[in-house]
Parts: sequence; structure tokens; C-alpha cells
Amino acid sequence: MTAHTGIGAAVRRKEDFRFITGAGRYTDDINRPGQAHAYFLRSPHAFARIKKLDTAAAAKMPGVVAVLTGADVQADKVGGLICGWVLKGKSGEPHKAPPHPVIALDHVRHVGDQVAVVIADTLAQARDAAEAIVVEYEPLTPVIDLRRALEADAPQVHPEAPGNLCYDWEIGTPKSEVDATFAAAAHRVSLDLVNNRLVPNPMEPRAAVGEYDRGTDELVCYSTSQNPHVLRLILCAFILGIPEHKLRVIAPDVGGGFGSKIFCYAEETVCVWAARKLGRPVKWTSDRSEAFMTDAHGRDHITKAELAMDANGKFLAMRVDTIANMGAYLSTFATAVPTYLYGLLLAGQYTTPQVHCNVRAVFTNTTAVDAYRGAGRPEATYVVERLVEAAARHLKVDPAELRKRNFVPPDAFPYQTPVVVAYDSGNYANTLDEALKLADYAGFPARKAEAAARGKKRGIGFSAYIEACGLAPSAVVGSIGAGVGQWESAQIRFNATGSVFVNTGSHSHGQGHETTFAQIVSDRLGVPIDQVEVVHGDTNRVPMGMGTYGSRSLAVGGSAIMKACDKIIEKGKKIAAHLMEASVDDLEYEHGIYKVAGTDKSVPMAQVAFTAYVPFNYPPGLEPGLEESAFYDPSNFTYPSGVHIAEVEIDPDTGITTIANWTAVDDFGNVVNPMIVEGQVHGGIAQGVGQALLEGAVYDKDSGQLLTGSFMDYCMPRADDLPSFNVGMTHTPCPHNPLGVKGCGEAGAIASPAALMNAITDAIGTEIQMPATPEKVWRAIQANSSAQAA
Amino acid sequence: MYQFEFHRPKSLAEAAALLEANEDAKALSGGQTLLPTLKQRLASPSDVVDLSAVPELKGISVSGDTVTIGAFTRHVDVAKSAEVAKAIPALSQLAAHIGDPAVRNRGTIGGSVANNDPAADYPSAVLALNATIHTNKRTIAADDFFKGLFETALDAGELIVKFTFPVPKRAGYAKFPNPASRYAMVGVFVAETASGVRVAVTGAGPGVFRAKEIEAALAGSFSAASLDGVKVPSAGMNSDMHGSAEYRAHLVTVMAKRAVAAAG
Repeated sequence: MTAHTGIGAAVRRKEDFRFITGAGRYTDDINRPGQAHAYFLRSPHAFARIKKLDTAAAAKMPGVVAVLTGADVQADKVGGLICGWVLKGKSGEPHKAPPHPVIALDHVRHVGDQVAVVIADTLAQARDAAEAIVVEYEPLTPVIDLRRALEADAPQVHPEAPGNLCYDWEIGTPKSEVDATFAAAAHRVSLDLVNNRLVPNPMEPRAAVGEYDRGTDELVCYSTSQNPHVLRLILCAFILGIPEHKLRVIAPDVGGGFGSKIFCYAEETVCVWAARKLGRPVKWTSDRSEAFMTDAHGRDHITKAELAMDANGKFLAMRVDTIANMGAYLSTFATAVPTYLYGLLLAGQYTTPQVHCNVRAVFTNTTAVDAYRGAGRPEATYVVERLVEAAARHLKVDPAELRKRNFVPPDAFPYQTPVVVAYDSGNYANTLDEALKLADYAGFPARKAEAAARGKKRGIGFSAYIEACGLAPSAVVGSIGAGVGQWESAQIRFNATGSVFVNTGSHSHGQGHETTFAQIVSDRLGVPIDQVEVVHGDTNRVPMGMGTYGSRSLAVGGSAIMKACDKIIEKGKKIAAHLMEASVDDLEYEHGIYKVAGTDKSVPMAQVAFTAYVPFNYPPGLEPGLEESAFYDPSNFTYPSGVHIAEVEIDPDTGITTIANWTAVDDFGNVVNPMIVEGQVHGGIAQGVGQALLEGAVYDKDSGQLLTGSFMDYCMPRADDLPSFNVGMTHTPCPHNPLGVKGCGEAGAIASPAALMNAITDAIGTEIQMPATPEKVWRAIQANSSAQAA
Repeated sequence: MYQFEFHRPKSLAEAAALLEANEDAKALSGGQTLLPTLKQRLASPSDVVDLSAVPELKGISVSGDTVTIGAFTRHVDVAKSAEVAKAIPALSQLAAHIGDPAVRNRGTIGGSVANNDPAADYPSAVLALNATIHTNKRTIAADDFFKGLFETALDAGELIVKFTFPVPKRAGYAKFPNPASRYAMVGVFVAETASGVRVAVTGAGPGVFRAKEIEAALAGSFSAASLDGVKVPSAGMNSDMHGSAEYRAHLVTVMAKRAVAAAG
């Protein structure tokens, strides 16, 4: 019955019908009776003191309900926005956490910082009134550049963070040992790398509606959130001071998040606060310009990375020194991203015995930086894989061969790295071999020669990535500073006639959980997939959950569903045994059918469910009903890995890079829906290609204006920038979760930038920084040809 | 956007009268520049005069050696016109690659040329093909029409009615699009016309201009090879995060070669 819809089947996505026929229901589709609209007046300056803020004229404008400022926020004892991960630096002190006001008080610290909010009957009226607010600024010199931020005479973003330093953190082998290894090593390579700042740009911009019920004293927050329970926790316990049972957070259909919708932002805080204050629903929807200025950005590192090797190219030690940009304020999980999600992955797929990583996080007058698809792990892979390829060039060894010499061998798992984590499973050489075959690596020299005959420069580049998904277990994560646990919940609730609600604490905003999770339940409980309803995104309908980020939903949330299924099966067994007048111990269970071993007696799950709710013939003492909850806290991260091979062709006349071939072979462990997994790989590669070739948030380094403030200047990848992908898979099941799955959502974005930049370097012979714009590539080619001529 | 009075005149005379009567009125053609500007509250016209119902501004015709295109002709209509494709294939191809389908389904040739965005495609064709711009008051030669950044010879309230393009011996267009906006970072239109070789460059400078160095080289021999080593000075060219003046100057020669190759 479940053969075509169970685990492993490429089931078409149940949710797509509503998405592609315009029947999805997003936050901006929600309109409540009596609703007013919020419009935020935002700072035009990167750094300024607010000398005067006069809202009197604006308050008198037509349709205006209220004009609220930072002083109103303060008067109502609304707290500031928080960073939920306390990071301890080298000397044990916690990170510097300057105030992050919901609306600015005396200073604005980046372009787009909230100065005031106008709430009016219509959005147009709110915008009109915002123009009548009088603000006098005393512009201050901003600090934009990362290195500049650490200089002694740099402008100071916050008095609470002297030297603009948020923290100075290290991990891994003691630096003195690593230094000694470097001093004695036969070979050393070194790279200066920039990991460019990215603007997430989900298709759906952020939005929120706050609503207050005076009769019940209950608040509702509709929000474009990836993790509604965490948003509720932060809003209630840290900012608004209201009990959790009086705030319901609903994250309906969400049109992409990529990390940027994990966080608790000022705007939803204001909508909830103002709804109660004003007694009217308050709605805000970001426009695209606001999204560019206020959605938490991603990446933004500068790094010096070095690799020491012996005479045979065995990696001996790696030394990494990174400056990471936090922006002007700390976003919800900002401190963890360039530390625990970065430094812990720097061993890559290799046996490098010593790794030292130092990270200094700095404040600048720019938009806050936080997790963005991959979050720290793309940055780590970029460092490791560009170093490895530089090492191969230095040693004149084939880059695939050099990797094989240094891979963690398949018999070494679990493998303890020098940077805390222990990898659970993998077969890296096998995956590389698959990728080499799929990419026809042996045929590359012929393709390069053929391209050269057409006047094009062809290059090939590898990226053998490791990632860590499903941050866990909670006790360990808590010990390194996390503010919330990292388990997940599931609840399976049978209806009397055999259909099922699966209430999950995960949140789907493009990942296809409504299909994947239904496949698991259909497979385990023998319920037809169209009888399985996956419910998510509403704190009043699903149990407390941690939401979706870090490729955790299947590995953690899916495992919770498996546990709940097991509990259902156990209880059902008692009912089935009663119905068949058999002993529980004699029952076998498979895909929704209970059988008495060695007989032809059987009872399907649907009959068990009906009996549970109509318990006329029922085991004495057993509770009626068929509904079970489970919470799953993993014992370890999962460690997906893979190899991407990019092949590019460069037009030396223009510097344009064309991706000729792309091969991705990923080991995600077991796969529930291969079609959805392949889609995740495609999307991830597209984002990585965007970072490597096209994207990059650019601030004017003097004024702090965001120069890439719209799609006119910020270049998102488009379909015609991408080739068809050769996607392959290997499967080394995760040994410590019941599904044997590892997570696939971020892999493409983690792997692809290094592969592409390595391919470009191979083609042109020069290391350049991302994004590899045509002019940068052209200039590198020019410099090389004039060097050769000289 | 701010409030304004909206008009949809039914004749050229009525449209002109509305624009004359209101100093702060704006003509709306395809709206591909005006509407985003209004939405961002960067303009606040008192009146918007929608030209979509003015019959005199519409239509494509080819007669003898002249292609006539009404000002309110959408890019998609030019791109799909069999007559244009036969007479001046380069013009047809240029229109087919402006922006994206949404832009081509709304944007018009008159709107684009009157706006004279320094990175728009059409001005290069108008200038290189030595077209004549017919307004509701006079005719203007292409060489006299473009006056630099968003400036043209049009007087306040003057409307472009149509363009007449003399059919060239051959012509080609090649552009290097801005990767983000897909406007021309450098677009080069080459044409071998009755009055000689004309080469117009868009995107590279503050406005469309004729590249004399390229014209001179092609006048000797209309071939890509004749442009080998030809350098266009970078002085005065645009420089921004997408491309320096030096890079743009280099691309002018590269795109000119490709335009010549496309011209066949």
C-alpha cells in the first residue's frame, strides 16, 4: 500500500498544488478586522546621534492612530532585542552585548535602523505621516570596514564594546603547538580570503500582524518565522514580559527563509506591542528595500588561512585567523555562527591532526549579520577547500589525489577531530570516486584543449565538504552558550476513521515537510499518504518545538516523528492483541498491519484506531484514544559530506565565467524523498553560485550607505546563470538516529563557492576573491598575460 | 506613491493639451521607469497623462527603405514584427533582449528614447541607424536628439509620435548586460548606412555616444578583424561597482567586434 509513497519514494510535493495555484496563505495575506498598518521611519545615516525627534505634526496627519518612538518603547518597559547565544571568549569572559533597542533611542547605528513607527488606517497614510516626522541628526563618522573596526582610532559603534570587539575566541589545538608544526613543516601554503557579505532575499519579504483580544487578554502574532515557538519564547520572556500562554505565534505559509527568518526582529515586536497598546490589529510587511537594509545578512569574514604539510603532502596543521562582522547590533544567534558553526568544521574531511582557529567578531555600522543557509559551515568549507586546492597547486599534485591522501579513512569512524567534534560516519574516497566518474574527470584535459582552440579558458575545481547538521545534544549545546535546547517534538493524533494529524515543532518554508514527514508516517503506520496531515507553524496547535534551521528538520524532527510512531505502534499492539485474542508477545508489526506470528490472523492499524476511539471491545485498563507525543534530543550532530566538481569556461575578452558542468555527489545518509533532496541540492548550489559569481552586499566605506540596496545592483542568481546539474548520491546511514538521515538543506550552499572559485583559479591561474565578477576575472587575466609578456 | 490626477486622452492633441496645461504633469508610456519612481516616492507629478489610448502613437510599417515605428510600440511588438525582422534584424534582436518579458510587454520605444537612460538599449539603435524622431511639433535628427544623462532635445510637453529608421546595408548589436539589472553596461550598435558607418555606444558613458575610433576603423573595412587593437579612450566613461571606466572602454571594442560579427 505504501510502496510508492513510503520512505525512499519520489513523492510529488503535497504542498505544491496550493503554492503554484496561488492558494498559499502567507502572512501578508492575513487581514484582521480593524487592522491598522505600520510604517517604519528609518535612518538615512550609518551612524548619527538623534538631536531632536518631533512627531507632533505627524500624529495629526489623516488616518494616523499613533506615532511611536524609542521613548514610548522604554516607557512601556518593553525590553531590547536579544542575542540568545552567550559566547565565551579566550579569557572566559562573555561576548559584549550592547543594547539593541526595538526603536532607536539616542543613536542610529546603521542605514535602515528604526527611528519611529507610524501606525495609521492605511499604509499610504502611515507613509505620508512618516514624512512629517522631524528628525535632526548629528551625523557621526561610521566604521564600515572590518579591519578598520579593530584599529585603535576607529569610531566606536557602542561604548559597551571597546575597540568594537564583540569577542576574541579560539578553538582547537593550542596555538603554540600549531606554530611549532608550521615552523618545522616541509611545505606551507597561505591564503587571504574574503567571504563576501550576502543579503538573503527570500522571495517573500518579512511580515507580521499583531492582534490583541481584550476579552481574553490574549495576543496573536502572525509572523514569517522559521521557528514560531522560539519567537514566542523570546517575545514573551525577554522582550514583552507576557506569559507564554497569552501569546499565540502563527507562522503560516512562509516563502523561503534561508536563515533570515529564524530571528526575532524589531518589527514583529512592535506589531505585537502596538496591537495591545492601541487595541487594534497592526500589520507590517517589509518592502524589498527594507529587506535589503534590515534582514540579517550572511557571511562577511576576512580570513588568513594556512596549511602545513610534510614532504608527501600529508596535512600536518592548519592555522586560521578570522575577523567576522556582527554588524551594528547582535542578531538572535549571531555570536554562534562564526564560532561553533565555523571553527568546529575546519578539519574538513581530512586527518589534519592539528587545527587552530581564532575568531575576532567586530561591530560595524552595517546591518546585523547572522545565520544564512549554511551559517558558518560554508565559510569553513571555503577556507579548507581553497587551501587544499592551493596546496595541490603548490605541490603540483592532482587535487583529487591530494585529497585522497588526507581523507579520514572509512574505518576510522567515529573520528575525533582536533576541533571538538567527532564525525559519526562517512566514506569520503568513495564519494570522490563517484564524483570523478560522473564529472568525467579523465576527459577534462581534452575538454580544456577543445575550449582553448575556441579561445576559452577552461578550469576545474573541487570542493569536498563536511557539514554538521542537527545541532545537538542539548546539554552540550547549552554548555557552549546556547539559550535554547536543540531537541524536536512530534505528536501523532489518529482520528477515529483512521486519518492522522502529525503535529511537528519543525517549520516548513519551502523544504517540503508536508510531504516528507507524511511519507515517514505513511510508511511506519500504513496510513495512505493523503490521510496524513502535517501540521506546523502554530504554537497553539503543535507542541513546543525548535523550528527549522541548520538542516535539522528530518534528522531531529523526523526522528521525533519516528519515536511517536513507535509509541503508537506499541499502544496499538495491545489493542490488536485484544481484538485477535492473542498475546502481545506473539504479534508482529509491519507497515500498518498487526499479525499473529505463524497464523493468518491480522488487524490493520485503521481498525486499531477505530477501536481506540470506539472502545466497546477493548483491553481492560487501557486508556482509550490513539495519540502520542515524543521529544527527540539527538546524541550528536549528523555529518553529511560530499564532493562537488565545478567546470568553468572563461571568455578572456570579457572575463565572463560560464559554468560548463556541475557535478554534486552528496552523502546524506538515508533519503526519504530523493526528488525533494535533489531540489534542495539544486537550490543550494544556486545560492553558492550566487555568492561566488554574482552576489555581494557593498557599503560605501566612507558614508556607510548600502550601495547594493536593490536588485538593480545586488545580483541574484538566475536560471540562465546555471547549468543542468549532475547530481549523484552515496548513502552512509547516520548511525545514531532512527531514520539514518543526515540533512541536506544547506549542503549545496556549503560546497559550491569553493568548487567554483577553485575552478576559476584553475582556469586563470590567479587567486581572486568572491564574487568573481567579470572585471575581476578580466583584470587577473590581463595581469597574467602582461606578466608573461614581461 | 503620492496622489495625482490621472488622464487617458484619446488623441494626440488632447494629450499634448493636458501636458501643456499642467507644468508638473508627466506623460506615462510603458511606465517602466516612471512607475517605480512613483512607487518609491521619488517623483510627485500633479498629473499623469497615460498615452496608451492615443491612436497616433501606434503601429509599425515598412515602406521602401524606411521602417516607421510609433512611439507607443512595445518592445515585444518590435521584437515580434516580421517586417522589422526582415528590414532591420538587428533592431528586432535588440528589442527582443531588453530587460525581461515583463519589461518587454509594457515598455515602449518612445518611452525608452524620451527617457534617455544612459544604459537603455534603444538610444544606440536610434543613433547608429541615423533615425529621425518625429514629435508632435517637429522632426529631430538622431544626432541632435540625445543630450546626455536623461536629457534630450524634447521641449517640455513635447511628445515623440514616431521614429523613422532608414534601412541600413547591415547592422548589428551586442551588449554586455549589467549582471544585476541587465541594463546595458556596454551596448554597441554598428550600422553600415547610406551615409557611412555609424557606431553608437550605450551604457558606457553618461549618455549614448558615437564611437569615432570604431567608426573610422570600420569605414576602412567593415569587419571584426579591423577592430583588432583599436582602443576607445576611457576618459568620461562610467565607473561603478560593476565596472570601471577602463573595463567599459575595453568592452566597447569587444562588443563592437561582436556586433560587426552579428551584422554578418
